[in-house]
Amino acid sequence: MRVLAAMSGGVDSAVAAALAVDAGHDVTGVHLALSPDRQTLRSGARGCCSVEDAHDARRVADELGIPFYVWDLAERFTADVVDDFVAEYAAGRTPNPCLRCNEKIKFSAVLDRARALGFDAVVTGHHARLADGVLRRSVDAAKDQSYVLAVLTPEQLAGAVFPLGGMTKERVRAIAAERGFAVATKADSHDICFIPDGDTRGFLTRRLGEQPGPLVDAATGETVGEHSGAYGFTVGQRRGLGVSVGDQRPRYVLGIEPVSRTVTIGTADLAGVSEVRTGAPTWTGAAPRLPLRAQVQLRAHGAPVPCAVDATGDGGLAIALDTEQRGVAPGQSAVLYLPDAERGDRVLGQGPVTR
Amino acid sequence: MTYLDHAATTPVLPEVLAAMTEQLGRVGNASSLHASGRAARRTAEQARERLAAALGARPSEVLFTGGGTESDNLAVKGIFWARREADPQRRRIVTSPVEHHAVLDSVEWLAKHDGAEVTWLAVEPSGRVTPGALREALGDGTDVALASVMWANNEIGTVSDLAALAAVAHEAGVPLHTDAVQAVGQVPVDFGASGVDALTMTGHKLGGPMGAGALLLRRDASCMPLLHGGGQERDVRSGTLDVAAIVGLAVAADVAVAGREDRAERLAGLRDRLVAGVVRQVPDVQLNGAPLDDVLAGGPGRLPGNAHLSFPGAEGDALLMLLDAREVECSTGSACSAGVARPSHVLLGVGADADRARSSLRFTLGTTSTDADVDALLDVIAPVVERARRAGMSRS
Repeated sequence: MRVLAAMSGGVDSAVAAALAVDAGHDVTGVHLALSPDRQTLRSGARGCCSVEDAHDARRVADELGIPFYVWDLAERFTADVVDDFVAEYAAGRTPNPCLRCNEKIKFSAVLDRARALGFDAVVTGHHARLADGVLRRSVDAAKDQSYVLAVLTPEQLAGAVFPLGGMTKERVRAIAAERGFAVATKADSHDICFIPDGDTRGFLTRRLGEQPGPLVDAATGETVGEHSGAYGFTVGQRRGLGVSVGDQRPRYVLGIEPVSRTVTIGTADLAGVSEVRTGAPTWTGAAPRLPLRAQVQLRAHGAPVPCAVDATGDGGLAIALDTEQRGVAPGQSAVLYLPDAERGDRVLGQGPVTR
Repeated sequence: MTYLDHAATTPVLPEVLAAMTEQLGRVGNASSLHASGRAARRTAEQARERLAAALGARPSEVLFTGGGTESDNLAVKGIFWARREADPQRRRIVTSPVEHHAVLDSVEWLAKHDGAEVTWLAVEPSGRVTPGALREALGDGTDVALASVMWANNEIGTVSDLAALAAVAHEAGVPLHTDAVQAVGQVPVDFGASGVDALTMTGHKLGGPMGAGALLLRRDASCMPLLHGGGQERDVRSGTLDVAAIVGLAVAADVAVAGREDRAERLAGLRDRLVAGVVRQVPDVQLNGAPLDDVLAGGPGRLPGNAHLSFPGAEGDALLMLLDAREVECSTGSACSAGVARPSHVLLGVGADADRARSSLRFTLGTTSTDADVDALLDVIAPVVERARRAGMSRS
């Protein structure tokens, strides 16, 4: 196959590109420049799209002897991922930008362009198994990234190659070291590449300005404090609420109402939910027949929960959880898996959590 | 492999390789007083005389540097500092928006950090700076530290009339620097006859080594050093002379200038055939820069080996990648130090819109170019353009 290896400058995508070469594919490396304001060595910050990362990716491509180019997708990334991220928080939801990037950038803008230019597929360093169109968890449970790939359609998966799904991160680093890649010991990237300092609340404050509002206790309906922006909260959050309610029991964020900027908090017994509703789902293969029994994962590093899935009247999903869960945040994806200890849990698809 | 990127760099001439190899086998610092030092100095000074002769300069006007970027930085900053020190009201720099980044970024650095003011010259759609535009920008010249206008543009190949520009600058009492990196060996360049005060040239664009260049600086032009130290090169550019590189530079310049006329005619013929062939297969292709047969002050108004073309609806990046995969090497001609292709500041500077700027490719021919190279491009250009157009413009 003629494949395009997306090379971030990190160890995973470097090894993925190397394995694609080993597999006999005709490989071209591409680094995606996603930030409109590229960090340089001089400015010191590190994110997934600094000039230094582009250099690291180019070094690996040169060692592999494959062509290498930088594609500037900053405008698309800003519109489809960063602005979406800000708008979702502004609407009281908690988005997953990596999932959005896979959906809109890597396996849409990049894959479309690659196909138009004569490539058959895009190779990435994601930790997930993909064979015969079936997407499964990585063998490395701790590094599994199937959650952020669950949004991909069969069309998109047909143009994807994930060479790393069958190996641990440790093995990836060992391969990089064996090959002498300078990135073998490079630190793992941040969760959110466009917020390199990790301060999501600060980033949102710069974008949205201060938007003060009340913190209301669910049990009493009383205002127990003030906040400077509802976007700084996520449903299920416990730390950093900045209030102390009389009984001293821990409080959790139960809900965010963006118009009145009200953040409702409550005790643990109020924070659990036993049913999750989603908007219209996407499926990695043919749409399954509903209802069905499955496992659902409700956030990027969450544990899978056994559940029963059925359709709602408005085209979404109703997911009945076998055990109550805290921290089910609107905007996150509810990703459905069919457990398979032998071959890896199979990803059925996902629906965006609405409540 | 089909190499159509001679404006990026050129293959080293066999004569250059031989001369440098011979010199690299000898010991001697040209500043030393003993026999080895004297021998090195003699070799370096012979090279200086040879380079000066090739470019119509006096040997004492040749300052050896580490290449075009250093020469541009030295001229722009050094002359600015010297002129302002002599008269503090001289803070203005007059230059064009289509200069090489070595000039542009030096000027912008001075504006940001050292109180310079910049007046941007109006540029014709071809990329040429006219004497009238320079006269208007200079005014009475009393507040101007220097003017800098490139001899030939590195992207679109347009030549300006430096002798006419120097005359205008001198009427206003302003020194004129020119970046002639692409011009030397391509069009007639006579430093003395042109009247310019400072001229940048480099070795690797004309068959010489990388990392070796020169600033030709008139004896009466004052210029502060960037590099302080042993006081070499009239105390303007300290540093041990790289004698082997200097020898290579001089041989390359001599050979390139001596063979210029014949080569220019041959390259222009190849270039015209290249453009005509592309136009035949891609009828809506647009030529950027001056017309192919443009004439200026009795010489070519466009570099003979330069073809700069825009392919509407296709991205330069995609075209380059697809040609690269077919072993045809060219350039998008845009700055990409960060690895990200930005629309060419030269095309934007001559009034092209961003799409036209982003859809362009630069093909540049040189000493080793042949009919077979042109044929290799013409064999693949039609399907490549068609394929790139299918991928479209990613931002429009």
